Amino acid sequence: MRLLRLLYVGWLFNLKNLTLSGFFIIVSVISPVVFASMAFLMFRAGARPGTLLFVAIGAGMMGIWSSTLFGSGGAIQWQRWQGTLEYSIAAPPPFIWVVLPLTIATATIGLYSLTSTLLWGWLFFDVPFELVHPGWFVLALPIAVLSLGLLGLVLAATFVLYRHANALGNLLEYPIWLVTGLLTGLALLPGWTRPLSWVLAPTWGVKALRESAIGGDPGFAILMSAGLGLVYLVIGHFCLQYFERLAREKATLALA
Amino acid sequence: MNSLRIFFVGGQITYRALFHWLTPQIYIPSLVVAPIFQILLFAYIGRSAGLESDEFYVVGNALQYAAVPCLFAMTQMIGGERYQNTLSAILVSPARRIPLFFGRAIPVVVNGAFVAAFSLAAGTVILGVDIPLSAVPALALVILVAAFSCTGLGLINAALSLRIRENAMLSNVLFGFLLIFTGANVPLGELPGWMRTMSEGLPFTHAIEAARELADGAAFGSVAGLVGTEVLIGLVYAAIGYALVRFMEGQSRRYATLERS
Repeated sequence: MRLLRLLYVGWLFNLKNLTLSGFFIIVSVISPVVFASMAFLMFRAGARPGTLLFVAIGAGMMGIWSSTLFGSGGAIQWQRWQGTLEYSIAAPPPFIWVVLPLTIATATIGLYSLTSTLLWGWLFFDVPFELVHPGWFVLALPIAVLSLGLLGLVLAATFVLYRHANALGNLLEYPIWLVTGLLTGLALLPGWTRPLSWVLAPTWGVKALRESAIGGDPGFAILMSAGLGLVYLVIGHFCLQYFERLAREKATLALA
Repeated sequence: MNSLRIFFVGGQITYRALFHWLTPQIYIPSLVVAPIFQILLFAYIGRSAGLESDEFYVVGNALQYAAVPCLFAMTQMIGGERYQNTLSAILVSPARRIPLFFGRAIPVVVNGAFVAAFSLAAGTVILGVDIPLSAVPALALVILVAAFSCTGLGLINAALSLRIRENAMLSNVLFGFLLIFTGANVPLGELPGWMRTMSEGLPFTHAIEAARELADGAAFGSVAGLVGTEVLIGLVYAAIGYALVRFMEGQSRRYATLERS
């Protein structure tokens, strides 16, 4: 019960904290709207117009990925810079319960992206927001966000090894947008990218949201999202444990 | 002579001092690999939408990505001084302002041109785009001109950083704005009229158009007008940027806000 409370309070605190950051507002609202506008214009002008709702959902998911990538990837490094990492690790609850609310909050901030791209599309590009399976959509959305937040836990645990986490974030933003088919059809990508897309939460998250909104059977994609989330949780748990011990042994916890 | 020294030597030393953190571990992911993936992303969206050829996106995005080094670095050239508390020392020096500020722009232009040229070369190879070798010298010139004109806009951004705190945010917004309005990914003819009108006055629009024509085998003479317009746009932005820097400098002295970060 106390751990659940810690999870909730940590999530709420980090959500409020991130909402005050101009950088996160850019990443989660303005940038997805820019990419959505571009894609709307491209699909509208192209020979294969496609569904604009497909684009709006994809652009929203791009923002969720970006905020998770930059927020979770830099989470531990920021704590180092602010001098709070030692306190967080020394606190009685396991460290994972301190980091997890933060990584889920970074993914939750991405909901601003989905809201803004859907609103933008509706206001300026006549994108209808009519859900074929509203019930599935309501289920798919939190699971997609949670799954990305758990992927964020893996990022937070592994990026700590790389001193330039922000640069690594820059490196991974576009490739993941591409291989998870957020704005393009996965079938267009080379075959070797397929296994990569299968193990990445945004692939299933966006598939679940699209099939709930546009039509299809989102059940499998939602299950895959949830299943991958559990796998990320296990990987993140062991990585955090390992790196925490390593940092204590080598006395490198506070080294920025 | 002293002004020339400030322009060339000062500009170079300042760049090295303010970008000491730009190590290969940061430079390669952010300015070498990221633009290649931007090209790939839009090329695949273009294929999905059935809009234009890969060449269209390779040229458009490679040139447009010069905005990242040009906008962010130019802002850092002035905003970074404020952050390090060296801005007041520079502004009380008797150095002439034109060589002082424009000398700083030279390494920015060179870096921006390098990023665009490398992205163009890499995108061409990866997507198998065919650009005639004879077009390379003219393309190199167009890239340099594009980087110059965007650095002019960067100088305006830098001037604003004397007043506003979140200049990185502003650079991000400008980057997105240029991505949409310059025809990097959507043919200008497909943009709404008001966007087309705005695009005429922006950096990159004419350079991208010229580069596409060169890549299609046109002679430099046929795009000289476009290149000339791009240079003119760069000069206008640089002049506005310089005037704004001087204005903001005066305001900062008057209201004692120079070191406010």
